[in-house]
Amino acid sequence: MSASVTTAHNAKRMNRAALVRRLVARIGEDPAVIGGIGHSNFDLWAAGHRARNFYMLGSMGLAVPIGLGVALAQPRRKVFVLEGDGSLLMQLGCLSTVAAQRPANLAILLLDNGTYQITGGQRTPAELAGTDLVAVARAAGLPQAAWAADEADFDRLVAQCLDTEGPHVIGLKLDDAPPAGQTERDPAQIRDRFMRGMGAKRSGLPG
Amino acid sequence: MNEGAAQPWHEIVLEVLKANEVRLVAYVPDNVLKPLISGCHADPFFTTLAAAREEEAIGILCGAWMAGMRGIALMQTSGFATLANVLASLPCAFQIPALMMVSERGTLGEFNIGQAMVNRTMRPVLDSLGIEHHTITRRDECGFILDRSIRQAVTTQAPACLILSPLLTGGKVLKA
Ligand SMILES: Cc1ncc(C[n+]2csc(CCOP(=O)(O)OP(=O)(O)O)c2C)c(N)n1
Repeated sequence: MSASVTTAHNAKRMNRAALVRRLVARIGEDPAVIGGIGHSNFDLWAAGHRARNFYMLGSMGLAVPIGLGVALAQPRRKVFVLEGDGSLLMQLGCLSTVAAQRPANLAILLLDNGTYQITGGQRTPAELAGTDLVAVARAAGLPQAAWAADEADFDRLVAQCLDTEGPHVIGLKLDDAPPAGQTERDPAQIRDRFMRGMGAKRSGLPG
Repeated sequence: MNEGAAQPWHEIVLEVLKANEVRLVAYVPDNVLKPLISGCHADPFFTTLAAAREEEAIGILCGAWMAGMRGIALMQTSGFATLANVLASLPCAFQIPALMMVSERGTLGEFNIGQAMVNRTMRPVLDSLGIEHHTITRRDECGFILDRSIRQAVTTQAPACLILSPLLTGGKVLKA
């Protein structure tokens, strides 16, 4: 059970690129990390490629379902999903789907900048309405959902994801800084490398 | 072949999925698919789950495939109609053998005009995305078509769609 009681408006606005670098440094090599559309996967890429990174390119809202599939297929490996607030809002039903399956190895990191940043920074309806997406996750049946108060709290919540059974949700309030890099757009190669990293494909071809 | 002809279509599907190690079944329900869905739930070989949207089901399958588990998404014609963007950007772009089985509504006795209209979009969408698809109309062809389609999808790393015609399933008709 998460002990955090940080509310959405009290959460510090942090920098996405820095948080993703912190995550990658903390979790080590073994976990899979799924980067959602746009800036979520850009900053995952910018933090340095890992063998078990997957960068999703166009299917807005599907980072969590993809992560759920990975988590179901490899229940012993931790799976972290990085998903934007606009993207999650488009596919809120997936929170119930995850809650129904209770994958103990899945952690969802909600990258909440309040906007559709990659399409020009328009505010999302959730931001305009004051929708608390972590509260939505809890109400969907994911009680281990919490806003990170600041970077130190984020580290603590990531440690909880690694050390305790999930599914976990970490809400991250973000500043409006642009991403630190841009993912190479070669889907077949991204998929091939990820499958090799996950041990789901063997190939005699170097790579 | 003769004994096989007595076997209902959904039992044939279940057997072929098992023989091809397709273990993950994600669905948004349809009345015609009911016996197949129940059969999957009842068999511990399968991990069977309801998704809130068909898009999610495709995402779940694609994630599972990349982590070493084969899966199939079950849906109705109207559910398929919600998928063009995710099919183009995920299984097509990333070359993932996402398997789909669609219970066909909107033809051969449809009573709902919306279903009839959305049905007409299904094959053009599949064709324009270059997705291999077959319509299964006969029980004696069901196993062959499904088995060969799964094999081809996996070996060519391409999505595939099996459409279950009312000729096979009986479909759904308006009760007077
Ligand atoms: C179905 C669909 N609708 C719209 C788009 C266009 N689009 C791409 S990214 C994006 C915004 C994503 O917002 P968010 O998830 O909050 O991430 P951010 O850009 O803020 O990092 C939109 C609207 C799309 N790719 N797919």
